[in-house]
Amino acid sequence: MLQIKNLHAKVGDNEILQGVNLELKAGEMHAIMGPNGSGKSTLAQVLAGRETYNVTGEVLYEGKDLLAMSPEERAVAGVFLAFQYPVEIPGVGNLYFMRTALNAIRKQRGLDELDAIDFLDLAKEKMKLVEMDQSFMSRSVNEGFSGGEKKRNEILQMAVLEPKLAILDETDSGLDIDALRVVAHGVNALRRKDRAMLVITHYQRLLDYIVPDRVHVIANGRIVRSGGKDLAVELEKYGYVGLEQHASARSIAVP
Amino acid sequence: MTALPTDIREVASREYKYGFVTDLETDAVPRGLNEDVIRLISAKKNEPDWLLEWRLRAYCRWLTMEEPRWQNVHYEPIDYQDIIYYSAPKSKMPGPKSLDEVDPEMRGMFNKLGISLAEQERLSGVAVDAIVDSVSVATTFKKKLAEVGVIFCSFSEAVQNHPDLVRKYLGSVVPYTDNFFATLNSAVFTDGSFCFVPRGVRCPMELSTYFRINAADTGQFERTLIVAEDGAYVSYLEGCTAPIRDKNQLHAAVVELVALERSQIKYSTVQNWYPGDAEGRGGIYNFVTKRGKCAGANSKISWTQVETGSAITWKYPGVILQGDNSVGEFYSVALTANRQQADTGTKMIHIGRNTRSTILAKGISAGHGQNTYRGLVKVLKSASGARNHTQCDSLLLGSKCGAHTFPYIEVKNPTAQVEHEASTSKIGEDQLFYCRQRGIREEDAISMIVNGFCREVFKELPMEFAVEAQKLLGVSLEGSIG
Repeated sequence: MLQIKNLHAKVGDNEILQGVNLELKAGEMHAIMGPNGSGKSTLAQVLAGRETYNVTGEVLYEGKDLLAMSPEERAVAGVFLAFQYPVEIPGVGNLYFMRTALNAIRKQRGLDELDAIDFLDLAKEKMKLVEMDQSFMSRSVNEGFSGGEKKRNEILQMAVLEPKLAILDETDSGLDIDALRVVAHGVNALRRKDRAMLVITHYQRLLDYIVPDRVHVIANGRIVRSGGKDLAVELEKYGYVGLEQHASARSIAVP
Repeated sequence: MTALPTDIREVASREYKYGFVTDLETDAVPRGLNEDVIRLISAKKNEPDWLLEWRLRAYCRWLTMEEPRWQNVHYEPIDYQDIIYYSAPKSKMPGPKSLDEVDPEMRGMFNKLGISLAEQERLSGVAVDAIVDSVSVATTFKKKLAEVGVIFCSFSEAVQNHPDLVRKYLGSVVPYTDNFFATLNSAVFTDGSFCFVPRGVRCPMELSTYFRINAADTGQFERTLIVAEDGAYVSYLEGCTAPIRDKNQLHAAVVELVALERSQIKYSTVQNWYPGDAEGRGGIYNFVTKRGKCAGANSKISWTQVETGSAITWKYPGVILQGDNSVGEFYSVALTANRQQADTGTKMIHIGRNTRSTILAKGISAGHGQNTYRGLVKVLKSASGARNHTQCDSLLLGSKCGAHTFPYIEVKNPTAQVEHEASTSKIGEDQLFYCRQRGIREEDAISMIVNGFCREVFKELPMEFAVEAQKLLGVSLEGSIG
């Protein structure tokens, strides 16, 4: 579904991604872990089409050149980013925002737009998934939401928009343990055979709830280790620095 | 590509869909202004002597006045001798008795504007007074309103049929000496709407005046007077458009509202005068004096305005809070795109005890637009317990536009409470990216964010007007990104 080949991203002279390679198949969930400033969030933003970066390399999404597409084209094609910092839009109702987004996508795909009543039914159904109260729907997008509410709102949007490729950028940050469980439950419920997920996280604790197929460790803009879910445990044990030493120690040990 | 206004490029073009000219035969006075022209206008309208005298006093006063220069707008000096001060569609003479007698060309024009006069009368339940250039061409629903005692007619008719009422209230809120443009208007005003709601009557429908400048080189100087007697209620809507012309046209109107005890007047405007082209050629100079007086205790006046048109807007709809416990409100959205300039706001003058005022002003600047909020809150010594809350928010789209705020606060009573809040924000790249990541096109996202920004004002508008205002903002911002 997604092939990333030698992806570089720069802001000014600062090269943040320095040749990322990654392949993600439909139905798979991969976790990307790494220390602050390693380029995790940049990877998410670049995949979603943020124009702040000067990007080179190749990204194929369902065989198409993802980098040539605008953010909205990517969204319509099924790419979804759950934001690390969901944005507030004062005066725009949450329900209205989601309906506008869904209808924009449906329209591009040649489907009928949903009216307010049909959409409300759909939204109510999806809200159960993230245990969200209906009062959120009449509030402005993310305005006055707590950190946990914002993250739940992201997962709700994912449930409503039903993407093929979901990128979750530090969806666990700022969550207490109960909120983490709710969000993780929502994410797990949205795993599908035809849907791929890229979960970006700082900590292993999210992976207690969401079990990835693969774990990648990113450092200095490059994937330095890839492995099964045990890699996350190892990482937790040694820390990022320790892991590097551990890794280099091992690579020395192995002739 | 760098951060924001990155994507929001120059306001390229914005289509003005009301820019057509209708070929109406007109009856006009010679270009220029002098005493004879004023006498001619007055004679054409068969006015009583007192009104002619009032006009002439205003004219003499005007000759001694200087055009104001303090406002934060820039334009070439206006040649007041190059304006035609009276232009009337000819078929109007001597005046249609019913809609069937209105010139078909004119009816066609209003249909094109989306205001079918006949349909308005039959279907929408909104009474409309339509004003083209200098005269009122049709007023709908007169009969039904008359049944409850509401007088709603053109100003000229009011002068003929209700001279005592006109004489009593004309100039009682905006005296002919008030300011350069109001004084000019007092000398040369040609028509406008008149509305009188008697004691205890709740006006059964929305009243609406539709202004249209059609003829070239014509100034529009209309005068609107609304009086609500004790316990009366009226909601009044005003809409305006003009053809695309490459010369600037002057619109210097005066609106006076008088609210007596326990009465309420709600005045809503959607102003869509031709704004000029992308380089700032042409467009209407909208120099308007609007003021209401809460003359009686417990009365209330609300101004709601959505200003998207005009090359230059200069207006400060205000309320004189004379009656005890009276309430003044001002809700405004002003949008400036291309080379448009707006210097607008309000004046709240607290005189009575426990008077309250609320000001909510939203300014949106795009392209090279310059948007100024200028507001005065004045609490006189007599106004014990007066309260004001002011909130001014500015939204910037792009990097070549400007937003300015000039609040003036004068408080002479120590028990008064006055609050002022202001904010300036840019449409963030973050907001836009968030919307686009959800599949919403950039233009739709801007329109959605701007509409969200204006929501608190829009909800003060009557339903249909609110929908129109939202559409108008969408159209006005079209092409504001590259």
